[in-house]
Amino acid sequence: MYNKKIMEHFTNPKFFGKIEDPDVIGKAGNPRCGDLLTLYLKIDKKTNKIKDIKFETLGCAAAIAASDMICQLSMGKTLDQAVKINFQDVSNELGVLPPLKIHCAQLVTEALRDAVNNYK
Amino acid sequence: MKNKKIYFDYAATTPLDKDVLKKMLPYLKEKYGNPSSIHKFGREASAAIDNARIQVAKFLGCKEAEIIFTGSASESDNLAIRGLIKSLRRAKGAGEKIHIITSQIEHKAVLETCNDLEKEGIKVTYLPVGPDGIINIDDLESEITPETDLITIMYANNEIGAIQPIKKIGQIIKKLNQNKEHRIYFHIDAVQAANWLDLNVNELGVDLLTLSGHKIYGPKGVGVLFARENVKISPIITGGAHEFNLRAGTENVAGIVGMGETITKIKNQKSKVKSIEKLRDKLIKGVLTKVKGSKLNGPIKDEDKLPNIANFSFEGCEGEALVMYLDQAGIAVSTGSACTSQALTPSHVLIAMGLSDLEAHSSLRVSLGRYTTLAEVNYFLKVLPKTVERLRKISGR
Repeated sequence: MYNKKIMEHFTNPKFFGKIEDPDVIGKAGNPRCGDLLTLYLKIDKKTNKIKDIKFETLGCAAAIAASDMICQLSMGKTLDQAVKINFQDVSNELGVLPPLKIHCAQLVTEALRDAVNNYK
Repeated sequence: MKNKKIYFDYAATTPLDKDVLKKMLPYLKEKYGNPSSIHKFGREASAAIDNARIQVAKFLGCKEAEIIFTGSASESDNLAIRGLIKSLRRAKGAGEKIHIITSQIEHKAVLETCNDLEKEGIKVTYLPVGPDGIINIDDLESEITPETDLITIMYANNEIGAIQPIKKIGQIIKKLNQNKEHRIYFHIDAVQAANWLDLNVNELGVDLLTLSGHKIYGPKGVGVLFARENVKISPIITGGAHEFNLRAGTENVAGIVGMGETITKIKNQKSKVKSIEKLRDKLIKGVLTKVKGSKLNGPIKDEDKLPNIANFSFEGCEGEALVMYLDQAGIAVSTGSACTSQALTPSHVLIAMGLSDLEAHSSLRVSLGRYTTLAEVNYFLKVLPKTVERLRKISGR
């Protein structure tokens, strides 16, 4: 069901946790589908770059792996660049999510966009 | 640790009994005849099926001619429900309604079959269940109308192990049927119950009953439908006179032999119930004391539930993630049922019992069986708390 890369990001996520004094928070998900996620961001005010990002995700293996991936993809990017990351980028980087789990990639991009909107 | 392989998913399927396999093998090798052929090869195969039919009939306390072998329990459920409805439709006059009563916590093979028939204009009532996952007899009685044709209720639930009051329902139906010309038929899916509960069809008062081979240490790909001889059902697979004209298709001889053989091994259920209950209770107690924010789902009283299934919710964890982590530790468990683990919506069974979406998503089913040991339970109790802890760290809950 899941490939090696997804399993790796699920088993050993690098970006999970909370930033205690984040510059902004982004949220996505709903209880019905079982996935709830929060992104915590630190933004460099001069460059508008994401200098730190962490996630807390209640969800399935794909949701956790996708959360880790969105953090990896957006780390060091400017906010303008970050909002351009779409669900296919996340899915492709994970070696393609199973069709039933593609919404997990949508969810994490939603959370990032939510954070960027909240920051502006 | 890496080599650990602990199977706690007996409700999904059971390993094939070695002796059963032995009895099956000749029919996959030298005894390959088609049971419909009249030569020796064929007669050898058809005799094997006859023998299996006797074995199953003995277990259910019914006549051999009342046993139909199918390809799966899902097929048996379909044949029971669709087959009966099809035959009723043909017998009924135009404009006469058909009404089915079932429950909200049925296996999908029943639930989706009923959903499908609803689209064809058949009225279906889905009975609610209490927080223990058991239907209320008064609810059932109040839903029965003069138009009710079929009541289909599972004997024991596959996700939470809740046992439904089948005998009582059987008595109610029997009484109602005495007083009127219009007969109510009673079907039960006894797939999960077969290992543990008495399935004498006359004592239960059922007209149709479903069994599966692979849930009772027999092979996959074989199911049974008991259909009382005075119950007229129509085939849903046509094309031959197999199985009393009710199920066309060359018989799965080896599978049927395995079904017959495995069912003879279900004996001394009471003592087996006791020993598996001990392991289950140890497991439940261990989980509830070692993992904070854990909760047992399903009936409380022993007599209301199967001895081998325990269903938990773990706050701050998602079930599938938990299953995957435990799998890496060598423990095979599942979220709701194996059949719905590909679905995104939370378990319909837990939702019907009143759990919130999040509680239902955080559920884990542990099902024990014939080969479960105390050492396995202890290993599970060692691994589970840290696994839950890890996922809670990731979820921040």
